[in-house]
Amino acid sequence: MDFLQILGLTIGQLFSPFTIAYILCALGLAVHFGYTGLMNFGQAAFAALGAYGFSIAALTLGWDWWACVLVGICASVLFAFLLGIPTLRLRADYLAIVTIAAAQALKYALQASDFASVTGGSAGLHGFAEGFFALNPIPVGRYDLGFETISEREMFITIVGWILVAVVAVFMVALTKSPWGRVLKGIREDEDAVRSLGKSVFAMKMQALIIGGVIASLGGMIFVISPENNDPSTWGTNFTFMIWTVLLLGGAATIFGPIVGGMSFFALLMLTEGVMTGLVNLGFLPFLNVAQVAQIRYLLVGLALMLLVIFKPQGFFGNKRETLVNAR
Amino acid sequence: MRDEIALGAIAPGCAKVDPILVVDNVTRKFGGLTAVDVAHVEIPRGRITALIGPNGAGKTTFFNLLTGFDKPDTGKWVFDGKDLAGVAPHKVARLGMVRTFQLTKSLNLMTVIENMKLGALGQRGEGFWAALVRPIWKSQENAITAKADELLKRFKLDAKREDYAGELSGGQRKLLEMARALMSDPRLVMLDEPMAGVNPALTQSLLEHIKQLKNNGASVLFVEHDMHMVRNISDWVIVMAEGKIVAEGPPAVVMKDQAVIDAYLGAHADTDLGTVEIKSIKADK
Amino acid sequence: MATPVVEATNLHAGYLPGINILNGCSLIANQGELIGIIGPNGAGKSTLLKAIFGQVNIRDGRIKLNGEDITGLKANKLVEKGVAFVPQTNNVFPSLTIEENLEMGVFQNPKRFNERFEFVTTIFPDLEKRRNQKAGSLSGGERQMVAMGRALMIDPSVLLLDEPSAGLSPVRQDEAFLRVREVNKAGVTVIMVEQNARRCLQICDRAYVLDQGKDAHTGTGRELLADPKMVELYLGNLAEL
Repeated sequence: MDFLQILGLTIGQLFSPFTIAYILCALGLAVHFGYTGLMNFGQAAFAALGAYGFSIAALTLGWDWWACVLVGICASVLFAFLLGIPTLRLRADYLAIVTIAAAQALKYALQASDFASVTGGSAGLHGFAEGFFALNPIPVGRYDLGFETISEREMFITIVGWILVAVVAVFMVALTKSPWGRVLKGIREDEDAVRSLGKSVFAMKMQALIIGGVIASLGGMIFVISPENNDPSTWGTNFTFMIWTVLLLGGAATIFGPIVGGMSFFALLMLTEGVMTGLVNLGFLPFLNVAQVAQIRYLLVGLALMLLVIFKPQGFFGNKRETLVNAR
Repeated sequence: MRDEIALGAIAPGCAKVDPILVVDNVTRKFGGLTAVDVAHVEIPRGRITALIGPNGAGKTTFFNLLTGFDKPDTGKWVFDGKDLAGVAPHKVARLGMVRTFQLTKSLNLMTVIENMKLGALGQRGEGFWAALVRPIWKSQENAITAKADELLKRFKLDAKREDYAGELSGGQRKLLEMARALMSDPRLVMLDEPMAGVNPALTQSLLEHIKQLKNNGASVLFVEHDMHMVRNISDWVIVMAEGKIVAEGPPAVVMKDQAVIDAYLGAHADTDLGTVEIKSIKADK
Repeated sequence: MATPVVEATNLHAGYLPGINILNGCSLIANQGELIGIIGPNGAGKSTLLKAIFGQVNIRDGRIKLNGEDITGLKANKLVEKGVAFVPQTNNVFPSLTIEENLEMGVFQNPKRFNERFEFVTTIFPDLEKRRNQKAGSLSGGERQMVAMGRALMIDPSVLLLDEPSAGLSPVRQDEAFLRVREVNKAGVTVIMVEQNARRCLQICDRAYVLDQGKDAHTGTGRELLADPKMVELYLGNLAEL
C-alpha cells in the first residue's frame, strides 16, 4: 500500500474544486436551513441550474463567460420563485416535499432526449469552459505541489474557487450579523412571533431561498468547469444528501461549518477509500473487491449522516445550547 | 377625577368619547361553533381596558382577528381611522397595534437582547441590500440597543441579557415578550394574559409599567383572569361570554353585576377559601 | 413520630447538564397534609414536583416515600408505589370518555376499577353524571377535574398537583381550590405547586416558599399569609388594595 500516494490524494482532496463545489452548495444550504429553517431537499437542482445555465449559454448562445455566469444565476433565481411562491406560505414539510420532487423532475428533464440538442441529453455537455479558461494568467504546464501535480487549468479553477468561497463567506458573515440576519433567525423559530413584530415573513423567506440557491448555483458552475464536463447523472439525490451531510458535519447554522465540514468530509472519504483499496489489494479484506470499495463510500455517508443527527446534531462548530434549549 | 369614557349611557357595545379602535359586526365560526360574534365595541383611547370572561369566551380569537392573525367571516374594524380588515399581521403591527400571545412566543434560540432588538421597527438593516452596507444601519442599531437595555432594566431582565430566552423561566419569558412588544412604541398594546405565570410580587411592578404606557399616551387592551389586577389598573372593563360582549363599564360597576359574578367571578371572590365549609366525605380506606 | 409520606432531603436537580435548578431543596409531607409550594418564577417549583415524580435528573440528595428510598426511580415505578401526578397541561386523553380516562388511572390494577370509581365519584359526582362524554369536549376547569379524578383512581399515597388553577377564570379557580380541599379532606395527602399564592396559602396546612432552588421559607399557610416579609417578597399587596 502506497501511503504516500494515499496521503497525497487525501491532501489534494482538501482543496480540490470538487470539494469547493460542495462547500458552496453547503453554504447555500446553510442559508436555507441553518439560518432560516427552510427544509430544502433539492439543493442539487439549484447547482444543476447553475451548471446548465452556464454551459448552455456558452455552447448554444456563445456568450462571454460572465454572461454565462449571470444566466446560471438567473436560472436559479427563477427556480427559487417557482418553488417559493406556492410553498413558502405553507408548513415547512411542504417545501421539503416540493423540493425533492422538483429536483427529480429537473434532473429527468435535463437527461431527456427531447431537449438533447440544448442540454446534451444523457450524454451531457462539454467544451463550454473555453471562455473561462481564456482568462487564465497561469502559464501552460504542470506544477508539482509535493502531494500532487496539477495543470495550469486545475490551478486556476482551484484559486478562483477558493476566492469565491472567501467572498461568499464574507458576504454571509455580513448578512448574518446584520439586522436582516436577526429577523431570519427569528423566522427559523417562530414565524408568528416575527409577524407580530412587524416583519414580512414571506418576503424574507423568499430572499433566503434565492440567496441560498444562487450560492449553490455558483457551486454547480465550479463543479462542471473543473473537469470541463457536465454530466446530468451528477445532479441526483446523492448529490443533495452529500451536501446535507457536509452541512450537518460542520454545523448547520455556521459559516465555518460547511467549509471545514466539506474539507474534512471529502478528505476522510478519500483516505478511507485509499486505505480500503490498499487493504483489498493486499488481501486483508477478502470479502471485498476494488470496485465495491467505491460503493461503500455511499454506505459510509449514510451511516455518518445518521450518527451525526443522533449524537451530534450541532456538528463541529454548531452551538450546543441552541439544540438543547427546548429541554423543558 | 376621571373623565367620561362612554358617550352616553353605559351598555354593551356603547360608543366612546374618543375611541382608538371601533369594531363592527365581527364574526368567526369554526365549523358549527360561533367563536366570536361581536356586534359593536369601541376601545377608548389613552385608557387601560380589561377584557375578561370565561375560558372559551372568544377573547384570544378576538385578538387574533383584530391583529390579522386570523380571518373573520364578517366584520370591519377601524384603528385610528385606518380600516384594518384584511390587513396582514405584520402590517398591523407596523401601524401601531401590537399584541402578545397567550402561550408566550419568546424566541428561545435567540438571546434576550436579540429578542429585544428584533422588536424595533424601521431598522433599515432589515432590508436585504441595506444589510450588506454596515454604515447604513449601524447608528440605528446602537440606538435600538440602548433602548432595549433600558427596557430590560425596567423589567428587571438586564442580568439575563446574554442568556438564551429558552433558559429563562416561564414568567421571565412573559416579561420578555411584553418588553419586546414595547420596543416599537405601539399606540395600542394588546396583552393576552400578561400576568399568567408571573410571580405576584413582580406583578405589582409590571402594573406600574402598564400604567406608564398610559402616561406615555398609549392605549392598552389586556385579557386577564386576575381580578385584583383588573380592579387595580383598568379604567374600563369589557366582559365577553360565548363570543359576545355581555357587559362593559367601569370596573367597580361591572364586577358587581350579578350575571358577571355568576358566570365568571364566583361568589367567593373576596372570601378566604380556607374558611369555606367543605362537605364531609367518608374516606373509604 | 409517624414516617412522613414524602421526605425530600437536600435535592440538587436540573434538566440541562451542568445547570441545577434545585440547589439543596428539602420538603416533608405528613399523612393527610395539604402542602403548598409557592415562589417566584424560575425558583424551581415545578422542578421540585417533577423530581418527586422521577422526571428530572437528581444529582444529589434523597427522596423517601413512606420511608422507602425512591431517588432515581422512573415515573412508572413511582405510580406503582402510589405517587399520582396531575400535570398542568395535556392532562386528559381528549378522544376518550371521562369513564375511559378514569379507567386509564387503574390500568396497572384494573380489578380495582369499581371500588375506586365509587370513591372518586363521591368526591366529584359530575364525573359519574357525564361519564360517557368525551374529555376533549370539556372546558379547562372540567378537564382539570377529570385529571385529578384519574390520579385519584390509583389510590395514591400522595397526589402531586402542578398549578391546578392555571388558565382558569376566577370562579373556576375557586372551584378547583375547593376541590383540592375536598380531596384532602377525604384523606389524600396533597402536594400542590401554585402561582396563585394567596389562594394556595388559604387552603393548605403547611407551605414551602421556594427561591432560587432552595426552600427559603416554610410555615403554616396562615403564618405565611400574615408574615409581612412574605407579602413584600412573594405575595404582593394587590389583594389588600
